[in-house]
Parts: sequence; structure tokens; C-alpha cells
Amino acid sequence: MTPISSPPRAGGPAAAAGTPRATLRSALGAAARHRLAWPCLVLLALLGLNVVLTDGFLAVELKQGHLYGGLVDIARFGAPLILVSLGMTLVIATGGIDLSVGSVVAIAGALACLHISGLENQNSVPGVLAAVGLALGLAVLLGVWNGVLVAVGGIQPIIATLVLMVAGRGVAQLITDGQIITINSAPYKLIGGGYWLTLPFCLIVAAVITALAALLTRRLALGLFIESVGGNAEASRLSGIRARGVLIVVYAFCGLCAGIAGLMISSNVSSADGNNAGLWIELDAILAVVIGGTALSGGRFSLAGTVLGALIIQTLTTTIYAIGVPPETTLLFKALVVTAVCLIQSPAFRRRVFRRRGPRGGAATAEARRVRDVPEEVTS
Amino acid sequence: MTAQGATTVRRATRPAIPRARVPVLVTAGLLVAMFVAGGLRYEGFASGQVVLNVFIDNAFLLVIAVGMTFVILSGGIDLSVGAVAALATMIAATLLRDGWAAPVVIALVLAVGTVLGLTMGAIIHYFEIQPFIVTLAGMFLARGLCFTIGTDSIPIDNPGFTALAYGRIDLGPDLWLSPSVLIAAAVVLAGAYTLHHTRLGRTVYAVGGNEQSALLMGLPVARTKIAVYTISGFCAALGGLLLALYMLSGYGLHAVGMELDAIAAVVIGGALLSGGYGNLAGTVLGVLVLGLTQTIISFEGTLSSWWTKIFIGLLLFVFILLQRLIVGRRE
Repeated sequence: MTPISSPPRAGGPAAAAGTPRATLRSALGAAARHRLAWPCLVLLALLGLNVVLTDGFLAVELKQGHLYGGLVDIARFGAPLILVSLGMTLVIATGGIDLSVGSVVAIAGALACLHISGLENQNSVPGVLAAVGLALGLAVLLGVWNGVLVAVGGIQPIIATLVLMVAGRGVAQLITDGQIITINSAPYKLIGGGYWLTLPFCLIVAAVITALAALLTRRLALGLFIESVGGNAEASRLSGIRARGVLIVVYAFCGLCAGIAGLMISSNVSSADGNNAGLWIELDAILAVVIGGTALSGGRFSLAGTVLGALIIQTLTTTIYAIGVPPETTLLFKALVVTAVCLIQSPAFRRRVFRRRGPRGGAATAEARRVRDVPEEVTS
Repeated sequence: MTAQGATTVRRATRPAIPRARVPVLVTAGLLVAMFVAGGLRYEGFASGQVVLNVFIDNAFLLVIAVGMTFVILSGGIDLSVGAVAALATMIAATLLRDGWAAPVVIALVLAVGTVLGLTMGAIIHYFEIQPFIVTLAGMFLARGLCFTIGTDSIPIDNPGFTALAYGRIDLGPDLWLSPSVLIAAAVVLAGAYTLHHTRLGRTVYAVGGNEQSALLMGLPVARTKIAVYTISGFCAALGGLLLALYMLSGYGLHAVGMELDAIAAVVIGGALLSGGYGNLAGTVLGVLVLGLTQTIISFEGTLSSWWTKIFIGLLLFVFILLQRLIVGRRE
């Protein structure tokens, strides 16, 4: 439905017959029209800004067998957001949305810390593993709850997950009894703040989950099913796809991702704060998904785009600290970025603003109009 | 009047209309049950002033929920209201501190809220971006502006504002209301009149029922959609002013999560989030249920504040399920 996410088709035949220069130009043109072109450019621009502003930003050093540097920091602090955004991407691809991820983050962290704080020896690995299993199990269960409400109950996703978003904060505070639970556990600290094979452990986890998600959705038919359900759940059901099962699995995956992110966040500070952990992370995640080029209307998704989007948001935050702008204004920047990205991606906006362009632009807008209008008439 | 309005908009639903009233009736019943239960359980609960206090403590939420009702009836959603209310408290407190006259400040704050709403409505309509994401950006913008103005809480000591804040309107022996309740009541009445007795209100229901049909019927869809967000922006700013009166301060962290309370109130009041269904009476009941929940939890004493959230979540769940059963049967 959205022209932006269509693969680069235009210019194909011309490129085949052209001179090397024309080939290069058409290749560049194709790259510019690729759906990840804008997120990539924004990320590169932000990184470039950091290189100019901060000395040695790109330098990555090896200290005591651990990698350090600006880029590593961005990836490390961005890992929870990448995870939450991954789950959110699949949910959004089914035409839904999950507002409860922030609450799930808080609940997972709270439950794990509560369990560990009750251990005789907080450094015992089996105890920490049990805490992690408990927290992730609950996170999956909460995801399943959302999925059942949406798939079986037929409730609008935004409102079905709103229930858990509101109640979940309360539950997290209930678990921590309104306090901040502080723990001192080396194995737990590894999840969010530790290193393994010179790399930050949370980065490895995020990469593994990303690879897993990409494998499951792009190498198996699952991704196709998800897109199909997002395009038209009823048609998918009639064509033999278990739409309900797909929805529940997707929401459960989103819950799991939020749970892991919750462990990372609470492990990084060795404490659980039911009130503030993961506050507004759902908004950041939705933002990352949208920046990555996944349309909120569902039916299409891009995991690579989402990872880029999450990195952009994290880089933006880092940049704001680096250039000495008061961190309070982060939200202002985010507002501007969301507005700009959404406007650029909006076919209606491009139609209005880029109306007076060359014949090529004219043809493109005509095509955009055609592509947009057809489904509207069909659905009406 | 509402029933007639709904019939004209959704012709296929005639036999189901009494059923569609069920959520509102359940909310009303729940409210009465909560009050009776509270009265039996706690000493001093069953007094007129406890009821009036619910209004006094939730006047700002009521005003914001009125704006949210318009938006939800039109099939949209406005996540920016809490942030806009916080921005209103912040602008008011800062300008009053700098010695501006109160009427000018009030006019300016209302104008800021209205313009924000208008802008979001225009972007939503003309650029065809989901309301969810546009108002999310609006929320970031408003909160960002709050923190750009200042990160600390700014007290309000303007004599006009404090007089209004401490003002008491006596209704009888030991019964009183605050001026903000009167303002909120005026907003509710104006909103109800607009929704049920004007062309704009009728069009809001029509757009929420089916935008395409409304457009084909020649209704001014563009104007209505933009108007709805403008109204919500205005209500959010006015609610923010009432909040500033209630708190006597401006702070960027005021009204965090207020948008959720407003949405919850509208849903508990029986409106469908897909639009086209619901009314302001339900919203008022929804706000009262939320308010009474807090009152009961404060009366209980031993329950911690987070039980409010859990209870509101449960209520939301029950009402959504109820709506689902009703709508599901109709389909």
C-alpha cells in the first residue's frame, strides 16, 4: 500500500542498457529509493555530527579484554530498545500495537530482582538463572494474555494492551512493594552490564535475538503469515492461515523481548524500580519501528529498518548529551524527528509538497495516487 | 436525542440500541454500588461532601476527558492531552512569576493549546498520518517544551489564581464546591450541546461511524476532523489551567499518564474506541468511577496507591469485554 516500502523497481531496464556512468547513476537512484535509504542517511548524519563534535568518537579500544568507545556505548545502551522494537515491529506488522511493553519491562525486572534479593547467596548462578526464567516466563505469559485479548477476544490492539499498560505498572509496584529493590549479584549484572568474548553481553543477546527473529520470519513462512495477517486477518484465516495462532505467537514474542529488555535495564543498574523502569519505552519503540519504515497500518515490516531506527534514537540521545544541549530537550528533538520522518513517509505529504517536479516526479506521484486510491475504493 | 443521533448515523443498529446503552447503565450501576459499598464499609463516606470532593479532585480530568470524547467519537485518539496540560501549567506558572496579568496568561495558554490541537488535526487530516503517531509527536513536543522552559516546579502565588484556587462556593451546611468544578460543568454542558444539538456534533458521530460514507454524503470531514483535535487541544489547555489551580504550581511532570486516565474514563463511559458510539454523560460517569476508586482506596488506608492502577486496569478490561460482547452479538 505504501509506495515507500515497495522494492526499487524503477530504472531497472535503463540500467541494463546504459553506459557505466548511467549504471552508476541508476544504482545510486535505486539506492536512494530503497526503503532503508533515509534511516541510513539519518544515522550516518548523526554519527558524522558526533565525529565532528567529540574527539575520538570512532575510536574503539580494548581495555582489559573489553571493548570501549562511543560506538560500543551506543550499541550497549541501545540494546534494550532494539529488543523491544523488534517485538513491536512484528506486532505492528500484524496491524496491531503493543502499549504494554514498558510495563512488562518493569514487571520482568522487578520479579527477577525480587527473586534474587531473596536468595541466600545472590551470586549463585542457578538462583539467578531461576530468576531469569521466572521473569521471562511471566513476560511471555503477559504477551500471551495480550495476544489472546486481541486474537480471541477481537479487541482493538491499542486498547487491549492499554489494560496491561495501566495495570502492569501497578503490578510492578506491587511486586517491589513501591520500593526500589537493590541487589548485589555478579551473574545478574552480566546480563546488562557485563562483557563476554570482549563484547558487551547485552549486545550479544540483542544480536542473537535479532538474528533469530530474522531467521524465523525471513527463512520460514512465519514472516509471510505475519504480513498476511496484517494485510487482512479474515482473508488470511479463510486461506488457511491460523491467524489467531500467529497473533498470539507474535504478542508472546513481543512480551519475551520486553522481558529480556527489562532484565537488561534492571541488571545494568542492579536494581528494580517498578515506577520508572521502561517508562515511555513503548513510545521510543514505536518511534524506532516507524523510522525504520514499517507502516503502522501493518502488512509489511523491516527488521533491519527497526534496528536502524532504534540505533538512531539511541544516537540522538547520545548526541544531545555530547553537544551539551540540556538533556531535557531530548523530547523536543524526538518530536521533530518523528514529525519529519512521518511527513517524509506520508504519500499525501509528498504529493502535496513535491507536486511541481519534473515529468519523472509527476509520474511517480501519479503512481502514488493510483496505488493509494485503489485499496480505498475496494475497502469502501 | 442521542439515541436519535445514533440511529441516523448507523441505520443497521436500530434493534441493538438498548444493548449499546448497557455499558453506560453498567457504569452508572457500578458507581452507585461503589458508593453504597463505601458508605457501608467506611464511616463518614456516605456524605454529600465526599461526592463533591470527587468532582473537586477531578475537575481537570473531566475537562480533558470531554475533549478526548470528541476525538474518540470521531474515531481518532489524542495522546498529547496530558503533556499539553502540563505545558499549560508550566506556561501559566512562568508567566505569572514574571508578573503578567492573569487574564492575559489564561488567554495565551488557551491559545497555545488550541493552536497545538489545530496543528495536529491539520497534519492528521491533510498528510494522512495516523492520529496515534501525530499526537505522540505532539506529546513529545509539549513535554519537551515544558522541560525547556524549566525543570523545576514553579509555584503560583498570583493573587487572582490563589483566590480562585481557595474559593469555596457554599451549597448548604458543610457542602461546598470549588470554582473549577463550575468551569468543568460548563465545559461538559457546552460539549454536550455541541455533540447533540449542533451540525458539528452530528458530523463528529458520522465521521466516527464511517469516514468514507460521511465524505460521500457531502459532510465537511476535513473541517470536522481538524475541529475535533482543536477542541481536544483547547480542553487539554483548560484542564491544565484547572490543574495549575489545583496544584498551585507549574511542573513539567504534572499530569504524567493523564491521557491514559482520560481514555480510560471515555471507555468506561461506554464509548467505542473505533468511533461513532458514546456520549458525554458516559464520560462524566467514567471520570466519577475513576475518582471514586481513588477515594475508596484513600479511605481504605492500608491499600497502597498502586492498587488504583491495577483496579483501573481491571475496570478497563471488564468494560472492553462487555463492549466486545455487545458489539460482537450485533455483528
